[in-house]
Amino acid sequence: MSDSITITIDGKEIEARPEQTILEAADAAGVYIPRLCSHPDLKPIGSCRVCVVLCDGRPQAACVKPVMDGMVIENETPAILQHRKNIIDMMFVEGNHFCMFCEKSGSCELQALAYRFGITAPQYPFQFPEKEIDASHPDVMLDHNRCVMCARCVRASQELDGKNVFQSIGRGFERKIGVNGERALGDTEMEATDRAAELCPVGCVVKKRVGFATPIGRRDYDAAPIGSNIEGERS
Amino acid sequence: MSVKKITIEPVTRVEGHGKVTILLDESGQVSQARLHIVEFRGFERFIQGRPYWEVPVLVQRLCGICPVSHHLAAAKAMDGIVGVDQLTPTAEKIRRLMHYGQMFQSHALHFFHLVSPDLLFGFDADPTERNVIGVARKFPDLAVQGVMMRKYGQEIIKATAGKKIHGTGAVPGGVNKNLSSAERDEFLKEIDQMLAWCRGSLKIAKDYTLEHIDELADFGSFDSNHVSLVREDGAMDLYHGNLRAITKDGDNIFDQVDYQDYFKYIAEEVKSWSYMKFPFISELGPENGWYRVGPLARINTCDFIDTPEAEAARKDFLSVTDGKPNNITMAYHWARMIELLHSGEKIRELLNDSDLQGDDLMAKGERRGESVGLIEAPRGTLFHHYKVDENDQVTMANLIVSTTNNNTPMNRAVEGVARKYLSGAEITEGLLNRVEVAIRAYDPCLSCATHAMGRMPLVVELENAAGQRIDRRVRD
Ligand code: FES
Ligand code: NI
Repeated sequence: MSDSITITIDGKEIEARPEQTILEAADAAGVYIPRLCSHPDLKPIGSCRVCVVLCDGRPQAACVKPVMDGMVIENETPAILQHRKNIIDMMFVEGNHFCMFCEKSGSCELQALAYRFGITAPQYPFQFPEKEIDASHPDVMLDHNRCVMCARCVRASQELDGKNVFQSIGRGFERKIGVNGERALGDTEMEATDRAAELCPVGCVVKKRVGFATPIGRRDYDAAPIGSNIEGERS
Repeated sequence: MSVKKITIEPVTRVEGHGKVTILLDESGQVSQARLHIVEFRGFERFIQGRPYWEVPVLVQRLCGICPVSHHLAAAKAMDGIVGVDQLTPTAEKIRRLMHYGQMFQSHALHFFHLVSPDLLFGFDADPTERNVIGVARKFPDLAVQGVMMRKYGQEIIKATAGKKIHGTGAVPGGVNKNLSSAERDEFLKEIDQMLAWCRGSLKIAKDYTLEHIDELADFGSFDSNHVSLVREDGAMDLYHGNLRAITKDGDNIFDQVDYQDYFKYIAEEVKSWSYMKFPFISELGPENGWYRVGPLARINTCDFIDTPEAEAARKDFLSVTDGKPNNITMAYHWARMIELLHSGEKIRELLNDSDLQGDDLMAKGERRGESVGLIEAPRGTLFHHYKVDENDQVTMANLIVSTTNNNTPMNRAVEGVARKYLSGAEITEGLLNRVEVAIRAYDPCLSCATHAMGRMPLVVELENAAGQRIDRRVRD
């Protein structure tokens, strides 16, 4: 390709196109950079910081940072790995993530990241915050206990469904996903067929009555760890 | 009376832990024994607001010892919530297989791991020998059988529920997987060996009981009512049926009661000294209405067992009491081994049924607001009762676990043993051993009785008429 540029990730040379982000270029080259808020169908916002890499020595969110010719990227240094572990760890303690009875278990990206990083018990103390469940909608449930504030639902509703059902509200620790309805999800334009109902990486926005329909063994990450599909696509 | 405190090890081989207080009257005689629990976590409140489809998986957190029973009882209740009264044949049989697998591994574990040391070495044998290690040393074949049988049951659970503990197989209205023919063939390979071992353990329990029948008749034994589910034709059915209650003599108190109405027949008494409630048959009142559940009760209540070897064993069992209910506490072990054999026979029957490979896993119905699920868990009848609102959230949960159903009987058993073996104001090693053995006959799960998620120490204390503690022994 005429306009292709070259970057290196952990010493490996990779061909990329100038309009790509680091994450996209890495994916295409079969290099997995962990991520959570980023989703291929949504515009990246760089909020979760799981995808942070060292880019010419400076930390950058790979999901938003465009590639530049000659860029030197470090993805798997001990410091970066530790940073990612810390972030994942914090997400666990800041919510109420009870994997053992969560219907998303086995297909949850947060849980899968924790497994991939070998996190069995968080190093930070659990906060056990008081969170609500919004079950007012007939077909979709919002369990704030499991929210990681990735805002995928916000973006999916706006960008893919042409609606505006969700919205980040509040600041800091108080930040949460709100809904643009009179009181609750049941008052919004949300429909079960909305993409916003299926892009949640965790068990926060879930379709009702699906529950544990998928048996253990056939869930997304039962067979191979998160990221293996990308690593398998080495070209 | 001298105030003396001694602390030694007590009830090592009860699943989960509790505390026993033996109360003395003015003359220093045993007036009462109380088995009580020191920890409580409000599980029924924790579950409020959770979506109903999560409940069969969530309730398994109640207890690390009998999660499969809670899983199935809750799933049965949730079948009602989604308006399903009849599962597809594949779903019902997969659930049954899971349940018999659970029964098999639980009974095998209890017998080989916890009970066989008492039966093989005697209650007064050195505690350093009277344990599973001692059994492994002296009877290595037996110890291996115990391990293999438990493993077999656990593998069945894994194949049907997805995991050995905390699986997800039973979902409201059905199951999420069937049994592949490859899995079936693996289980079929070993079933004959399993049944042979079941016969062996049944023989040990039977021979022991018959050899010691006079001593056991007076060992924490007492007359009681008995309650269990039975099939419509009166057969033993561990997975599903209607409620039957009989007197100590075998007369019906009620029969073929739809368990959706259980609360019209069973009430629960609260006592200040226990977090565990005391269930009783309403029409008889708390004084006379308490009852036993579990293997002994089930053998007593059913009219017959629908598998040939277990049925022959049942007849054998009842011949000791001329066909009347057996009220001997220690006969639980014999009854449990009959059920172990029955579960093995049922597993074989199911494995040979091609419905297990069917693809029709789910049934549908009209949503309801309230439902009850009952199952005969290894330790006895387990009640799960829920209300679910129009948003699909649980608003009420009431559970009566097997061990709670046996609450009064366990207290009676300890009291009986204490009356007979307490001399003076001291908890001797011999008394402690016997308290332990009597409680163990009921295979209590104190962990799920109190809905505690951890383990707790078990302590035996002696209190005089003035309420002073005069002796104490601890085992953890
Ligand atoms: S994936 Fe890049 S910041 Fe979340
Ligand atoms: Ni239990």
